Amino acid sequence: MELALFLGNTQIAAALLIGMGALGTAIGFGILGGRFLESVARQPELLNTQRVNMFIVAGLLDAFTAIATAIAILLLYANPLVSQIRGG
Amino acid sequence: MASGSAAPTANEYISHHLVNHHVGHGFWTFHLDTLIMSGLVGIVVFGLMAWAARNATAGVPGKFQAFVEIVLGMVDQQCRDTFHGKSELVTPLAITVFVWVFCMNALDLIPVDFIPWIMHNVFGVEHWKAVPTTDPNATFAMSLTVFALILIFNVKFKGVGGFVHEIFTAPFHSDNILLQIVFAPINLVLRFVEELAKPVSLALRLFGNMFAGEVLFILMVLLAGAWTWQSIGTSSLSMIGHVVLSLGWGIFHILIITLQAFIFMMLTIVYMSLASESH
Repeated sequence: MELALFLGNTQIAAALLIGMGALGTAIGFGILGGRFLESVARQPELLNTQRVNMFIVAGLLDAFTAIATAIAILLLYANPLVSQIRGG
Repeated sequence: MASGSAAPTANEYISHHLVNHHVGHGFWTFHLDTLIMSGLVGIVVFGLMAWAARNATAGVPGKFQAFVEIVLGMVDQQCRDTFHGKSELVTPLAITVFVWVFCMNALDLIPVDFIPWIMHNVFGVEHWKAVPTTDPNATFAMSLTVFALILIFNVKFKGVGGFVHEIFTAPFHSDNILLQIVFAPINLVLRFVEELAKPVSLALRLFGNMFAGEVLFILMVLLAGAWTWQSIGTSSLSMIGHVVLSLGWGIFHILIITLQAFIFMMLTIVYMSLASESH
């Protein structure tokens, strides 16, 4: 019974981790892409520089979403806490 | 990989693919697959580049020399734009980081079971993870090395006295001696957090992206497994689904691989630049 409760909560936790990470990243990339398009429209000669900068910021935005996803996968498939319920 | 004569369940298959081949226990565990794969990739890739350098001609270059020159030119351009100090170490460091991380990440594009199957049938090894950057030990090793270099650059360019002075006066300055004493511990705490966040975020960013990508490939293989193993459910559509999904995710993953290697390199250069500038 406790194991079922624990596993159910773990699934919800993993879903929240991935979902909220995806939400934040989607909004962030949207704002980033919009600003990039505006800046290129203002100064088309800076297209290549701005594209490189956009990818740099995109990589930084992705960081904590990827970390959250990795933790969610860890919880689902290699859960370190489950040994306490199963008796070691 | 079947553990026994029956086909594995989904969870068994995934868990089997997430275990490193290790020796030792506790703190002294060595992940042999990470060490060997990253060493082999390094030797092959840097050996190839050294060979291109040795046979370089100043006349019309061959194709491989031109390719190496393009990569080096790109990294050198980034260093020149971003690093404002004077050091002979930063550009080779950036080249090493970019090329090595990119090639280690690119091992993720090899189908999931290929290398573990070879290791199992030829060398008799039970578990083998082919991509070193999915092991947080590898990414932390690289980022802690960069962190040590940041500290060394700080001391080398600012002097020990200058470095300590900057720690205590960094974001909050004042000319008033009393305010300086008040601000000093605040500056210290902020500086500590900022310096600690650099290697941790570098390592976990690369690890998170690569680990999630690898697990997604494994999950897509389970779709094909549903067609062949018949322990999960059978549907012939699932094989088509596996091929389509793996292809799509593989193509997107090429972008992720390159982007993560580029980010690691850019952040290394930026951190070196911050460490060598004084305000």
